[in-house]
Amino acid sequence: MTAPSLPITSTTTTESTPTRTNDAVGAANTRVEGIAKVTGQARYAGDIPFAELAYGWLVLSTVARGRIRSIDAEPVLAMSGVLAVLHHGNAPRLQPGVGLMGPDASTLLLQDDRVPYRGWPVALVVAETIEQARAAAEALVVTYDEEPHDVVFTADHPAAHTPEPSRLVQPDVERGDVEAELAASAVVVDEEYTTPEQYHNAMEPHAAMARWENGRLEVVDANQGSHAVAQLLAALFSLDLDSVRVRSEHVGGAFGSKGFNAHLILAVMAATQLDRPVRVVLTRRQMFSLVGYRPATAQRVRLGADADGRLRALDHESVSLSSAHQQFVEASTRHSRALYGADALRVRTKVVPLDVGAPSFMRAPGWTPGSFAVESAMDELAEKSGEDPIRLRVRNEPAVAPGSGLPFSSRNVIACYEEGARRFGWADRDPRPGTRRDGRWSLGLGMAASAHSAGVAPATASITAEADGTFTVRIAAADIGTGARTALILIAADALGVPQESVRMKIADSDFGPAFLAGGSMGTTSWAWAITEAAVALSKKVLPGDPIPPEGITAKADTTELVGGREQLESLGFGAQFAEVAVDVTTGEVRVRRMLGIFAVGRIVNPLTARSQLIGGMTWGLSMALHEGGVRDTASGGLANADLAAYHYASNADVPVIEADWVDDPDTYNPSGIKGLGEIGIVGGAAAIANAVWHATGVRQRALPLRLDRVLGAGA
Amino acid sequence: MASTRTTTISLRVNGETHSLTVDNRTTLLDALRERLDLTGTKKGCDQGQCGACTVLLDGRRANSCLQLAVAAEGREVTTVEGVSDGERLHPVQQAFLDFDAYQCGYCTPGQICSAVAVIEEFAAEWPSAATADVRPEAGPPKVSEEEIRERMSGNLCRCGAYVSIVRAVTEAAEAAKRVTA
Repeated sequence: MTAPSLPITSTTTTESTPTRTNDAVGAANTRVEGIAKVTGQARYAGDIPFAELAYGWLVLSTVARGRIRSIDAEPVLAMSGVLAVLHHGNAPRLQPGVGLMGPDASTLLLQDDRVPYRGWPVALVVAETIEQARAAAEALVVTYDEEPHDVVFTADHPAAHTPEPSRLVQPDVERGDVEAELAASAVVVDEEYTTPEQYHNAMEPHAAMARWENGRLEVVDANQGSHAVAQLLAALFSLDLDSVRVRSEHVGGAFGSKGFNAHLILAVMAATQLDRPVRVVLTRRQMFSLVGYRPATAQRVRLGADADGRLRALDHESVSLSSAHQQFVEASTRHSRALYGADALRVRTKVVPLDVGAPSFMRAPGWTPGSFAVESAMDELAEKSGEDPIRLRVRNEPAVAPGSGLPFSSRNVIACYEEGARRFGWADRDPRPGTRRDGRWSLGLGMAASAHSAGVAPATASITAEADGTFTVRIAAADIGTGARTALILIAADALGVPQESVRMKIADSDFGPAFLAGGSMGTTSWAWAITEAAVALSKKVLPGDPIPPEGITAKADTTELVGGREQLESLGFGAQFAEVAVDVTTGEVRVRRMLGIFAVGRIVNPLTARSQLIGGMTWGLSMALHEGGVRDTASGGLANADLAAYHYASNADVPVIEADWVDDPDTYNPSGIKGLGEIGIVGGAAAIANAVWHATGVRQRALPLRLDRVLGAGA
Repeated sequence: MASTRTTTISLRVNGETHSLTVDNRTTLLDALRERLDLTGTKKGCDQGQCGACTVLLDGRRANSCLQLAVAAEGREVTTVEGVSDGERLHPVQQAFLDFDAYQCGYCTPGQICSAVAVIEEFAAEWPSAATADVRPEAGPPKVSEEEIRERMSGNLCRCGAYVSIVRAVTEAAEAAKRVTA
């Protein structure tokens, strides 16, 4: 067998070498795992059967702060089928200092008697069947010495403080004299915007199976990065990385919540102690205290402008809920660092650590709540200055990134405004609020800008030229529903210059080597780069016509140096979102009638799945605007609405026609031209809807979600 | 102390009869997944709030997490694995593929089972909360996006694929009408 011609080498075409193709990227392709998903054949982490499988069920603390006084395991161990009760008195010891983004106290499960918050794991019951495990977990009596707790978040809480800068916390910015510019401004907006706790609620509950096979820890888990999780497991359990294998073939949604979580750590503990396969699956209710959430924010935005709307000052302070147990900082000022130029800029970030579980990354962390505050404030400035919201934004386009001072790799937001305005019929909008009616409904139009960082991180990939003329790509990527598997096939096909049918894509296996997570809208960008480099490396090893041995010829690539060697630029995707709402002013009901998003997000790999991803994000924006909010019960310290009947997110009947499209956005800062579009769809959506509600009613909505009582009360 | 009693039942699933001894506490969902290895039916909340576990019971949709396995004896259970005609996809499945009416795919089996039943409900002229006029003289409810949104609202999708789900189900429902017309 001979190798097909590869892109970097000969252009000679012979009888035995297929014509080189490179047109896979950019054409609509259904998902390669689509048939498996629509027929129920796709196996998620909790779906794979194992011989001798035992089932673990978590027991969570019922107090918000204190110490465990006793755990009465004996009666539970006597129950039918019960194999073990793991708790801080008998669980394996873990290595401190381990975590996805640095030392994370949330990984130190069953290590001591402290209860940092309500819903913290205090035991794992393992039994032969699900029914036995559940009944035993519910029967386990745990007593506590309770201590007072504080779960009430306010912006002026005495514990509010500025966190230390880290790789995830950009330092505060103070450039120019904000107070002087505000004093000199003809128009000033000074308002506080609040967003509540929001919960990822991926449809697939977190699940993991762990077992020891021939001295190797084998894990099937639902996560966003199999190699990162393997590294963390190795560190936490003091194992060699080579003796840990993590796979995560299909993942039922993640949104930032499927990093390194309690279910997996406890499954490994139990499998180790019992020496048999153990599966641990979180219940929906348990997910509300164990896999993170977007913290509540209170954001004060002050804008000062000349009479024509030109910004003299932009001051954005974000205070967010954090955990006394494990800090997390919601970086809401990312939006104000990137969007608008002002003579003076001040952005500040604070946290309030309370007795709650650790918040974490949730779809477009920082950007999402930040955009609600800043894009709402810009709409208020448009109203006060009598300027059109789009013209106001165009007037304040910055020459360089306001926060960092770095040049943009590209910035095509104006094209998004123009195309969006044209398609949405923005020009026909009467700027005065409350002028359009449809029966009992008051109608309004609103818009907002979207942005998200377009990052890239190191990854490794390998490609094997097989003896049958096909190619096998291996990369520890994850497809959490983004369509990454399919996109990477298209990338690989073009990089190899072969039809996509010749490419086999193997992902989500830690044995494939280091690769960045499916997160931060960086997955496909990062993985594509590594695959493209591997194709280049392969083309140097295999020349057209070379014989291929039965085991194939493999080339590898690692983009660490390439990624690290780039000049520093501010690379972002941009967009503009438009919403039309109908408000029933007698009931306070808000219905979104249509949404349009136009995005400048680099090169589109697969238009079919890209559109789904963007519309999915916009659906989250709608859901955030109208439905979502965790409610803390101050007495118990827990969440009052920890299930899907009480924590609402958009259902089918809530979602109207949503359109997403894009403008040309050539940008080679990443060689692939990809910017990543997983998250930008949510950014700005809630502001566009709240701005439309103002337009419909004349009343500003500065607190999410836009509940009936808020819409009604605001008019009173 | 919880009961540990078991019952031997005969479950009819996708046209096949299975005899199995189950813990009386076993839900139909867990029996399908853990005993019959039919894991296409998903557990999203285990308390009847998300629809991921939707199956057809005697042709009507039901949340299998709210059914005890022992209570499903004598009934015809259809799961996503039994929706297609052998290798040939059901028109709803094909439409989900074509319209990209899913992302992570976890809610998809439940969505598909629901959609198959929704099309039957239209054929049986059942009204919904979205049916403007339910009087007999108004005629049967028409397939519309509003009707489909309402009827599919028992199946949550967190990826936010509703827009495409509505298109896919509309397409499949229209196709079904053409076949019967």
